[in-house]
Amino acid sequence: MTNVYPPALIFIFGALLIPLFRGKLKSVYLILLPVAGFINLINIPEGVHWTVSFLNYNLILGKVDKLSLFFGYIYHLITFIALLYSMHVKENSQHIAAICYGGSALGVVFAGDLITLFVFWEIMALSATFLVWTNKAKESYGAGMRYLLVHIFGGLCLLIGMFMHVYETGSIEFGFIGLNSIGSWFILIGFGINCGFPGLHSWIPDAYPQTTATGGVFMWTFTTKTAVYVLARAFPGAEILIWVGAAMTVFPIFFAVVENNLRKVLSYSLINQLGYMVVGIGIGTQLSLNGTISHVFCHILYKALLVMSMGAVIYRTGKINCTDLGGLYKSMPLTATFCIIGALSISAFPLFSGFVSKSMVVESAAMGGMTIIWLMLLFASVGVLEHAGIKVPYHAFFAHDSGIRTKEAPLHMLIAMGVTAFLCIFIGVMPGPLYSLLPYPVDFAPYTASHVVTTCQLLLFGILAYVLLVRAGVFPAEMRATNLDLDWIYRKGASAFMWVLRHPLSILGAMWNAVIFSAIPSLVTWIIKNPKAAARITFDSVLVMIATGDTKARLQERIKKELEVYPGDIIRQQPIGFTVLGATLILFAYMLIYYITEMR
Amino acid sequence: MEKKDFFDDAKKVNKLFWAFYILIGLSLIAEIFVHKHIFFRWEEYPFFYGTFGFLAFTVLILIAKYILRPIIKRKEEYYD
Repeated sequence: MTNVYPPALIFIFGALLIPLFRGKLKSVYLILLPVAGFINLINIPEGVHWTVSFLNYNLILGKVDKLSLFFGYIYHLITFIALLYSMHVKENSQHIAAICYGGSALGVVFAGDLITLFVFWEIMALSATFLVWTNKAKESYGAGMRYLLVHIFGGLCLLIGMFMHVYETGSIEFGFIGLNSIGSWFILIGFGINCGFPGLHSWIPDAYPQTTATGGVFMWTFTTKTAVYVLARAFPGAEILIWVGAAMTVFPIFFAVVENNLRKVLSYSLINQLGYMVVGIGIGTQLSLNGTISHVFCHILYKALLVMSMGAVIYRTGKINCTDLGGLYKSMPLTATFCIIGALSISAFPLFSGFVSKSMVVESAAMGGMTIIWLMLLFASVGVLEHAGIKVPYHAFFAHDSGIRTKEAPLHMLIAMGVTAFLCIFIGVMPGPLYSLLPYPVDFAPYTASHVVTTCQLLLFGILAYVLLVRAGVFPAEMRATNLDLDWIYRKGASAFMWVLRHPLSILGAMWNAVIFSAIPSLVTWIIKNPKAAARITFDSVLVMIATGDTKARLQERIKKELEVYPGDIIRQQPIGFTVLGATLILFAYMLIYYITEMR
Repeated sequence: MEKKDFFDDAKKVNKLFWAFYILIGLSLIAEIFVHKHIFFRWEEYPFFYGTFGFLAFTVLILIAKYILRPIIKRKEEYYD
């Protein structure tokens, strides 16, 4: 236990030291930081470490077991790759935000109690917001703001749930929670917002495409996979997650078909992939949980590969829409190759990484006899092929030639992509090492003849359908458009809310002001000038309303006269002593009430 | 004048398509020799996976194009 530190703190403090370095030295430092973190990580023995006393609670910064270590490994690996990829970035702010973001995700993963978890959860949301803002485009500012608001809302749900949970159980320990109280539902929703549950997902396609080319690699990794981690810890076997996850695999693929922005396509693809993980958590068997967790590993790598290839396209061309791109393989053949490897991996072709992890989740659904879920997952697999397997590489690098001629991605980007591509294939060909890291013993063989043949048939016939649909002219054309999603509710809703504030509500407010601060005070001043006369005028005015004929005329006459002379001579019928007496009596009554209530 | 490459040559691209069709044929033939490890009855039907893949892809595209797109498509500067 000597000389090992909480992984989160190495990243966060390490990030703060970045401004001390310049030029080449900074690059070396950035690369060494995750390496140092990793050496630290593999020296941490399993168990509970770094307990800090806070109020009456023991905070645990290091709950180290197979599950948290697994996430630790992949987070360090992807940080290394992403930093290598962003070597050219000069702004310290971007590096600091990104590494703090990764560090806080590690903090959540190793948190042994709810308070530590919550603190790192919020740092994660904040640093991710700053990471969005480091892209200085106008849209990024708005998207970052919405990202922050959504996550503050999610954080509050989590906080409410935590309070209720701690109150009920008396313990702040973070472990299995299960869906058995209102508090646990709040926690589930808090986690679910970060995981992109259906209806709570719209921040993903809203914010992620607005990040910088390099920041995207971090964004696509940490928030959502950390949510998968906490769900796997707290809610394994929660049946509702099976349906939630299956819905997540299916609905985004339709949005991805019609989307023009390729990084938005990858955002929808992310939700779809998270769906498989959530289904695995919901099923809750050893096979399905192993499937979820191995899928996290594979997914982080191949999704990062796709995001990096699209980042390289943005970096070189400044464009990301299908309608603007095409034919880039001529200028960027290596990037195109890496993108295709990522596409084959996410589509789960045999010999690529997606195949060895996704099939575990799908098979565990089949073993559980969940017919509809299984069909949904199979349908979604075809959807992945469509948007991530075909659309992303085809529209960026092939399709119609956009005429753009540029340079291949810079060397450090190519190395980062190359390393990731190698890992995607390596895991696909030799899943053994990955399986050995999983928390449960693996009794699963991905490469059975039946499995390979059925998968190939499914995917090849999907491609055949694509070819025929394109030839028949039915395949939807690329179009410049904004496609609505549920962020419409708060983007348009906020404008509607502001309109209501500015128009009806502000008029109402002005009227309210006039009544409270002007009409009522002047009326009161008028009355107290001569209350008796004022009362008489009021009384007469009421009489006028009911009276008829002569009486009415007489009364009107009288009111007119009374108003003319008002306030007239103010007659004080009570001497000052009477007022004093009144006040004394009230004080006495107050004292009596006070004593009586105190005596009880 | 730019150098013509592999994908500019219609003949070579056609060859690629033939390779693809052969691959499809192989996946169908392979099914006959493989003992399928199945969980559901319909997995036994010949070419279930191929049929499912083809139909799923088509249905996905048709729904996205003819139902979803008309509902959610707006001008590019909709939110500006």
